[in-house]
Amino acid sequence: MTSPVDIRLPQRHIEHCMGTVFSFDIRSPGVDHADLKTVLDWLHWADQTFSTYQPNSQINRLNRDDVSVLDCAPEVREILKRCAELEDETDGYFSTQASGCLDPSGLVKGWAIQRASDMLRNVGSTNHCVNGGGDVQCIGSPQPETPWRIGIAHPLRPDHLAGTATGHHLAVATSGSAERGAHIINPRSTTSPDVVASVTLVGRDLATTDAYATAAFAMGTDAPAWIDTLPNYQGLVVFADGTQWCSPTLDSHH
Amino acid sequence: MKRVLLSVTGTVLGVVALLGFKTESQLPTAAGGLPSAALPGSTAAATTTSPTSTSTGAPPDPSRTSTSPSAASAPTSVSYTGAAEQTRYGTVQVNITVSAKKITNVSLAQLTAFDRRSQQINSDAAPILLQETLAAQSVQIDAVSGASYTSQGYLQSLQSALDQAGL
Repeated sequence: MTSPVDIRLPQRHIEHCMGTVFSFDIRSPGVDHADLKTVLDWLHWADQTFSTYQPNSQINRLNRDDVSVLDCAPEVREILKRCAELEDETDGYFSTQASGCLDPSGLVKGWAIQRASDMLRNVGSTNHCVNGGGDVQCIGSPQPETPWRIGIAHPLRPDHLAGTATGHHLAVATSGSAERGAHIINPRSTTSPDVVASVTLVGRDLATTDAYATAAFAMGTDAPAWIDTLPNYQGLVVFADGTQWCSPTLDSHH
Repeated sequence: MKRVLLSVTGTVLGVVALLGFKTESQLPTAAGGLPSAALPGSTAAATTTSPTSTSTGAPPDPSRTSTSPSAASAPTSVSYTGAAEQTRYGTVQVNITVSAKKITNVSLAQLTAFDRRSQQINSDAAPILLQETLAAQSVQIDAVSGASYTSQGYLQSLQSALDQAGL
């Protein structure tokens, strides 16, 4: 006897990778276990390749001069090239050298989440949300005619949100010291920007949105002014004293 | 045959119930709020195609295929295709195979996703960012953005609560 087809929507999956947890929320039908496994395998490959915690990652071998960039995977060259561009775009606040050696971690996770979302789209999913450790990429809708609604965790008030971001194609990235300790340092002063509790940026594609959030957090009190110069991004900054700054709403677009 | 019809209808409802299951983005504290199947009762019967008896002279039902029509005593395997139903996930149409008064297979004949055209229009709109301090439980959200959590920190995160509610 053939068993009925296994269709469960929404399809959710949790994967431990890159020292954090990736949450998949897939609302389109048709993504089977093999499709999902391909995405998860790729995420683990990216972790193995770029991790600064794994001695034999390509990044650590580059740092030891064991290999040249030309010997690395094309994705490594892609990431390093984009990191160099981001350093220019952020006046040096996004940096792969902040910790004293090559570390592209500020781009890798957001890029990997966006790539995972793209891979799901390529196997037919037009409605899904991928959250990698608090950085989110969504496309489509959770339900017909309904936008995705992403809560922004309040860095100072547990179980509270500081805001929400809604849309049908959006990336939401938050940088802060709330949960992982002060892991971002200002590449110019090498001190933690402790005036700011968190910076959230909302854009369309997570790789750049996440890197920009990291840079804006490093800017400290200068973050709002810089976010204002970015045409296609909105930001929410929560300061350590509890005050907030938010980009003007784009009411004219709706 | 009526019993078969009833069980076929029941299975269609079951499949649609699976599709309708856990469709709401649940908040961590939302308990017992699972939505029921979105299939209206008045159209439930329409989801099965009434089988026509092989002994009558009725015109053959195009949606029905018989895999062993000549063996009168052997169990006959008959497939039925239900009517297309609109659900919140799109159009669903179910195929059912019945053999010896038992359902031996259920498959999807049609399952279209959301209207891609309206979705494309929606996708072009800029995201909206609103600053509003809210208790996490008081608002319906699909995911949470926050400063990076570790695998350990995830367990205490709002995202973890959302995932548990949805799993």
